[in-house]
Amino acid sequence: MNIAAWFAKNTRAVIALVVVVAVLAVFGKSIPIWSGCTAALDRCADIVAIGVFQGMIVALVALGYTLVYGILQLINFANGSVFMLGSVGALFGVEIFGLTKDTPATTVILAFAVILPVTMLLTAGLNAGIERVAYRPLRRAPTLATLISAIGMDFILQNVGQVLIGPSPVSLPSLLPTTNIITEPFVIKVSHVFVTAITVPLLIGLMWFVQATRQGKAMRATAQDREAAGLMGIDVNRTISLTFLLAGALAGGAGVIVALYNGSAWWQYGFSYGLLAFTAAVFGGIGNLLGAAVGGIFLGVLISLNAFYVDPRWQDVVVFGILVVVLVFRPTGLFAAKQSERA
Amino acid sequence: MALLELRDVHTFYGNIHALKGVSLSVEQGEIVTLIGSNGAGKSTTLKTISGLLRPRMGEIWFDGQRIDGLRPDQVVARKITQAPEGRRVFPRMTVLENLEMGAFQRRDKDLNADYERVFSLFPRLRERRTQAGGTLSGGEQQMLAIARALMARPTLLLLDEPSMGLAPILVEQIFDIVKGINAQGTTVLLVEQNALMALGLASRGYILQTGEIVLTDVSARLADNPEVKKAYLGG
Repeated sequence: MNIAAWFAKNTRAVIALVVVVAVLAVFGKSIPIWSGCTAALDRCADIVAIGVFQGMIVALVALGYTLVYGILQLINFANGSVFMLGSVGALFGVEIFGLTKDTPATTVILAFAVILPVTMLLTAGLNAGIERVAYRPLRRAPTLATLISAIGMDFILQNVGQVLIGPSPVSLPSLLPTTNIITEPFVIKVSHVFVTAITVPLLIGLMWFVQATRQGKAMRATAQDREAAGLMGIDVNRTISLTFLLAGALAGGAGVIVALYNGSAWWQYGFSYGLLAFTAAVFGGIGNLLGAAVGGIFLGVLISLNAFYVDPRWQDVVVFGILVVVLVFRPTGLFAAKQSERA
Repeated sequence: MALLELRDVHTFYGNIHALKGVSLSVEQGEIVTLIGSNGAGKSTTLKTISGLLRPRMGEIWFDGQRIDGLRPDQVVARKITQAPEGRRVFPRMTVLENLEMGAFQRRDKDLNADYERVFSLFPRLRERRTQAGGTLSGGEQQMLAIARALMARPTLLLLDEPSMGLAPILVEQIFDIVKGINAQGTTVLLVEQNALMALGLASRGYILQTGEIVLTDVSARLADNPEVKKAYLGG
């Protein structure tokens, strides 16, 4: 393709890029993230790295929103609270195994080899149960009815969280060593490796499942045309249950990771992470798996930069600001144009 | 005993009485056509057989067993498949994946013989096998919809308006292929608005009018019936 044709096709993108560069050149010094990052690149790299690790957790929750949306065109608001209950599961697990900060590392690892899958199983079952009780009976009702039902389930679960662990954040003993593994070109701690070791296989495993397995293909078929999927001999209700099981497992897994990474569990985690993850899913084009993962990592980096260079209290403003901008200028999300696969 | 038999089937959309006591039968090995104008209830009849709609009254028998009230996947398990109206191929899955979905309930994993069979019936699909369903032309999508319905090795194939929106030459081609599928042993229930072509292919026909069967006969006599000629054959 020649340059003129390429330019004609991408005019809007080029103009947007020029505007961004111009704004940074003129106002860069007064934009704290930009001036801070350009002044000390190595520190900026550390902060971006921290953001990527946080973003991977957000991505897990975002996948839950996007999976369910893809198959039912429903925002499962309860997903954030299922995630929160995952962090409660980690807290209970730590108490049951009697883990303290002095517990040897191998014992901690063995304990979490039990806690993580058990919590994921429980949250998977919970999420599928929510679908069975609160959404399936409304399958033929207007979408709004299901949406209200989802918001109701979210409130119920938030209160369950408060009943289980009380209204304040509860600390876990610091089980993850804070030692640096490398410091150049950016700092990576043991906790970061832990986050990566769990999230990345889950992300890749999910993509593989949806893309290559028989049940995954049934999920895609059901998402694309539910009635036709039934005519193929796919049990549509079972496929929808499976989707909720997967979304719940991912949310619960993310909850366990967050509890360890942040060293605490709190009933309000569902709202704060849920909002982030929902924004990430919309950002990447809701219904699009890869988009949700990339959106999660992008938002993780953004809130990390914001927390360091601006003020963590601005986080919701930044997140909602992005949500509004995406919805206004590109309501189908960044990846919608060349999205390859929905689930 | 008939392979498929509908006895006084009533189906509703909410409060709308769409099928008002439809009775029909299809014998093993036949091609039977169901003719009617828009809104007569032809697609509703097929959807009721496939389990997408539940009849409020009446019975559906297939191969000696009652199948009304079963879920769509349970009907497929009885070896009844459907190429639905409007093709309904999965737009973001490849041709091969679409065919694989058609074979979803097959427990024997050797689908190569079936791929070969549908590719020899529809050579165009072989060329397009890695292309997404949504990028195919209308005629190719219709071929894919029929091929997909064959992947389950059905005893009874339900075809809902396979000629819709296709050029006459393509319609003839598809009807020829349906004839071939039938000759290989699959019983066919064909819903059509194109009455002339449908009667040319089928051995018997039913005329459906506002949810009721008003006439049934062998195809040749239906095609000669003055009422039918006037209403469905353009004079």
